[in-house]
Amino acid sequence: MNILESGIGELFQPPDPDGFREWVHKHKNTRMVSKVMSEQEAIARLVKDGDYIGTELYGTVRGPMSLIRELVRQGKKHLRVAGQGIHEIDLLLAADMVDALDITYIGWEVYGISHILRRAVESGRVKTTEWSNAAISWRFKAAAMGVPFIPVRSMLGTDTLKYSAAKVVEDPWTGKPICLLPALYLDVGFIHVHQADEFGNCRIEGISGFAFELARASKTLIVSTEEIVPTEEIRRYPERTILPYYLVDAVVLAKYGSHPGEMCYRYWRDEEHLLQFYKDSADPEKTRAYLDKWVYGCKNHDDYIEKVGIERLKQLEKMIGGR
Amino acid sequence: MARYNETEFLICLAASLMEDGATAFIGTGIPMLAAALAKKTHAPNLVAVFEFGGTGASLERLPLAVGESRTFHKAVAASGICDIMETAQRGFIEYGFLGAAQIDMYGNLNTTIIGPYWPPKVRLPGSGGANDVGSHCWKNIIIVRQHDTRRFVPKVDFLTTPGYLTGPGAREKAGLPPNTGPYRVVTSLALLDFEPESKRMRLIGLNPNVTVEQVKQNTGFELLVADHLITNPEPTDEQLRILREEVDPDHYYI
Repeated sequence: MNILESGIGELFQPPDPDGFREWVHKHKNTRMVSKVMSEQEAIARLVKDGDYIGTELYGTVRGPMSLIRELVRQGKKHLRVAGQGIHEIDLLLAADMVDALDITYIGWEVYGISHILRRAVESGRVKTTEWSNAAISWRFKAAAMGVPFIPVRSMLGTDTLKYSAAKVVEDPWTGKPICLLPALYLDVGFIHVHQADEFGNCRIEGISGFAFELARASKTLIVSTEEIVPTEEIRRYPERTILPYYLVDAVVLAKYGSHPGEMCYRYWRDEEHLLQFYKDSADPEKTRAYLDKWVYGCKNHDDYIEKVGIERLKQLEKMIGGR
Repeated sequence: MARYNETEFLICLAASLMEDGATAFIGTGIPMLAAALAKKTHAPNLVAVFEFGGTGASLERLPLAVGESRTFHKAVAASGICDIMETAQRGFIEYGFLGAAQIDMYGNLNTTIIGPYWPPKVRLPGSGGANDVGSHCWKNIIIVRQHDTRRFVPKVDFLTTPGYLTGPGAREKAGLPPNTGPYRVVTSLALLDFEPESKRMRLIGLNPNVTVEQVKQNTGFELLVADHLITNPEPTDEQLRILREEVDPDHYYI
């Protein structure tokens, strides 16, 4: 195949479909066994220093925030991260746990750019390789398909491609240039869902973001859930299972697990908390104080929830839109 | 005192470019307000598409992020990002709305860095869905709030999202879908398009009380000027009322 252009960005996680197949064959349990455990146990057992990790969706919408706070608490180091996020990636960067970012968007939408990202990248501490949102999602899709790359028509002609690790080749059929994205296989994926059973059969309500693809692209998948439901309930509506049990390695019960982000149909985002965090994040000392109070200063998710206060959470439940 | 502020003006101008029944990728900020306003006025059948999965939301309430509940409230479908982006790649999405820290005469956009790539002087959020929107939509409408020479530059520091790249034929040569690209630029001073032959940015409309000279002075590259310039309409009382009372009653933006 004729290679027309190669991105000069570093490929932080080279695709290895055969290695992934081996992993799936050896490690994924085909039997339905209970995987319910605490967030401390899941992170301690399943995440190692140096892992390549990814989170879904992002830290103001259905983000796996309770898992990320525990990851920060346990201080895992030298992580490489698929960066399509907001609050969750800010926390990892602020705690200085990240060496490399496959970045597409890290920012605060209505509020503006991430102060923490700026400090991490402008200081040269964290390496970056560029992608687009679709590109990262399609890289997961390629991994989910079990193939080494996927052809797409994004990023062509731009510096986003130049500073990515994608390649442009001549389409063997039409002769036109086409972008090949390397599959992105995660060591560990993190997803927060509405409902799961004890085996890890999961449901998501509302948009599914890139949960489907990320789950299938992960060697190890840690799921947190608002609610654990009986398997009979799952079996009554199998069409609603977006992640079947065999993808999942840990099921962590975390009611309000997406706080301060929202959980579609359940609770609205905690605007005061997010805005205060965003303002504080402009100052490294205040950022540290935030981590001390809301992450290191909480033993676990239950402790965090107690600190937020059940009254506040009930208010947020009232503020979310219905169907 | 002015009857409206600059943001309100831009929202109304952007809304006027949205056709009833068209599909449009809606991103955070002014496009969301413009789409909501258009749906409540001349374009009730505008199909708003949000990159993380919402298609055809009512937009009765203003979304604050491109993935949150309001992006699929009373929508016809709530899928995921691969489905939406593949739908755009298949050619279904007519309009894309984009913003930028820098733009050049071919409508190339920068939302990645200011300065050299490594280490950058200023690290911006990155492409997000912008590169995909700019690659796959048929017509892209770019909204730049402040029209000045810091933003309208001869060369963008980083080409995040494709405009017409280096000129006529360059998008197709790079492998992007034919007959796509930037369509309009809406700014604090003017409405601009891209001259069909040269694909260079061209002034076609002035905002009230703005002169051609003023637009040229605030543009860092040689700007083409159409033979007949229009004056962009001021927001109507009804548009302003809907915007303030129904679209953004909490004043997140206006």
